[in-house]
Amino acid sequence: MEAFGLLLHGFAVLLTWKTLLLMMVGLVLGIFVGVLPGLGGPNGVAILLPLTFTMDPTSAIVMLSCIYWGALFGGAITSILFNIPGEAWSVATTFDGYPMAQQGRAAEALTAAFTSSFIGSLVAVLLITFLAPMISSFALKFGPPEFFAVYLLTFCSFVGLGREAKHKTVISMSLGLLLAGVGMDTVSGQLRMTFGSAELLRGINFLVAVIGLFGISEILLTMEERLALRGHAAGISLRVVLSVWKDLPKYWVTLLRSSVIGCWLGITPGGAIAASFMGYNLAKRFSKDQESFGKGRIEGVFAPETAAHASGTSALLPMLALGIPGSGTAAILLGGLMVWGLNPGPLLFVEHKDFVWGLIASMYLGNVVGLVLVLTTVPIFASILRVPFAAVAPMIVVSCAIGAYAIQNAMFDIWLMLGFGVVGYVFKKIGIPLAPFTLALVLGSRAEDAFRLSMIGSGGDMKVFWSNGLVGSITTLAIVLLFWPVIDRAFAGVARLLRPAKA
Amino acid sequence: MSNTELEIVVDDPTAPEENSPAVVSTGVVDVVVSLLLLALALVLGWDNWRTGASWDSTGPQPGYFPFYLSVILGAASLYGLGAAFVSRREAAETFVTRAQLRRVMAVFVPTFLFCLATQYLGLYVASFLLIAGFMRLVGKIALWKSLLTAFIFTAVMFVTFDIAFDVIMPKGPLEAAFGY
Repeated sequence: MEAFGLLLHGFAVLLTWKTLLLMMVGLVLGIFVGVLPGLGGPNGVAILLPLTFTMDPTSAIVMLSCIYWGALFGGAITSILFNIPGEAWSVATTFDGYPMAQQGRAAEALTAAFTSSFIGSLVAVLLITFLAPMISSFALKFGPPEFFAVYLLTFCSFVGLGREAKHKTVISMSLGLLLAGVGMDTVSGQLRMTFGSAELLRGINFLVAVIGLFGISEILLTMEERLALRGHAAGISLRVVLSVWKDLPKYWVTLLRSSVIGCWLGITPGGAIAASFMGYNLAKRFSKDQESFGKGRIEGVFAPETAAHASGTSALLPMLALGIPGSGTAAILLGGLMVWGLNPGPLLFVEHKDFVWGLIASMYLGNVVGLVLVLTTVPIFASILRVPFAAVAPMIVVSCAIGAYAIQNAMFDIWLMLGFGVVGYVFKKIGIPLAPFTLALVLGSRAEDAFRLSMIGSGGDMKVFWSNGLVGSITTLAIVLLFWPVIDRAFAGVARLLRPAKA
Repeated sequence: MSNTELEIVVDDPTAPEENSPAVVSTGVVDVVVSLLLLALALVLGWDNWRTGASWDSTGPQPGYFPFYLSVILGAASLYGLGAAFVSRREAAETFVTRAQLRRVMAVFVPTFLFCLATQYLGLYVASFLLIAGFMRLVGKIALWKSLLTAFIFTAVMFVTFDIAFDVIMPKGPLEAAFGY
């Protein structure tokens, strides 16, 4: 078991006072960000990223991933106590979580949510521990055509499987890819799309765009839809925790099912939201007592939370093994890797063993510490919502500006962030999804490089993408996924024709 | 029930008013955004064509990849334009009401002024002004609370970023007077 040995080494890297302290700081900041209305995982990680710029990569990633776990736990607090999902994937948690809080079973619901998040993440981390090294060593054999095919697959699956209008996903993605190309061309050194501006020479930084798109636009949206918050406060006693844990084995089928769904959908891009709903719906469908769902049933909290966290965590698998993020937050972590001078992708496992295994070990440790922390401090965090929004909003704006400036020490980036804030606000309101944009912006130049390198290698022959079984099947799969809605409809049509007309 | 159970109610003075007139409908914004994206696609496409969007002896020229992306972007926005004209149902939906727009502007304008102030006064002074001003004018919070909160937050940021983590922020005349 090579992975096991390396994992132990990872723990050894982690177990210093400094790292443990950073972990706690990250978790507390993360829960804080998760509880604040209008801020969730991706925003929190993006805004707090500059804190890590001067750290060594291992401490930085430990702190950042802990912010992420914290934000995930924090999102559950607002969903259950205030009926406000911190993130889209917490929506399903509110279905049964909030009714439970209304019935005075908030403590039970919170314990269930935290515990199931923990279980979901744990399953996903186990998967990462054993699968990621295998995938990455397999991917080491990839050449540029294979990498381009994988990028293509990622982009196409967003278009084909996304729930939004197809042309809006295409707009969001091509815009992201275009903006990624602004500045100096990495292959020829020529300037592109700069229009003579010295500021655009640096290109449009991915993190600046993310801070604007998620941070600033979220403030605008929250202010617009400001509703009076009405919720429940709850302290969690040890007795409640133990009684929920005692009942846990009864729900092992639900937990296992949701974990599997979550892991599977997390690895395919953009799956966390779908995972939480699917986990919830399947739990409901297989239940003997379907009527009681939505009225405060503990299984209705277990199922979506487990699935959401399993997928949120397993989204890190393709990021670590292939350099392709499976979610918005994973994309931001990937952006972080590049800032710290690490090159994401399969080579990470070979060149930066300490870093990768430190990160994986921190996933285990961060979840355990996070569970304990969140169970003991819920009342404090719930009371954050009593701080007036008029005080919180300007502080978030300032943090965003600090974040945007710190990346390249450029005032221009603060203006860019403001511009992206407006773009994000408008896009969200007319239904242009932001996740494909984020993904395209972070992967854009790598995808283009892979394309051009494979073209140079083949002398401009497109057949290179079908030159061997592996690359050919990935490319074909990508094209099938791109046209999936059409194919699906065609199949349905054929099936209707073949089936004899029913009376 | 356990006696730790208590309700938190956060009343918001700026809760949305009902029946506020719509400023603009979603359909109009959809069309405007599509037109803007189309214009962007044309400009970027033209620029890439100029850079060189064909093949030379070394493979694709620098403009090749972005040129075809501009074509895709242009096509998708044209489609969006057509779709916006066809669908009447969505077009009538409200994009933003007047009351909502006023609240959005209540954040956007101060944020804009904050960016402007950062350029000339440095980030920390601008941050102090933004927080104090926003809390006082938008949140109607007592002046001393606003000033104190703004000062503490700005000081914590300064210590965290400029001193502890060595992340240097833009400075203005005030910091210069203190020798930073």
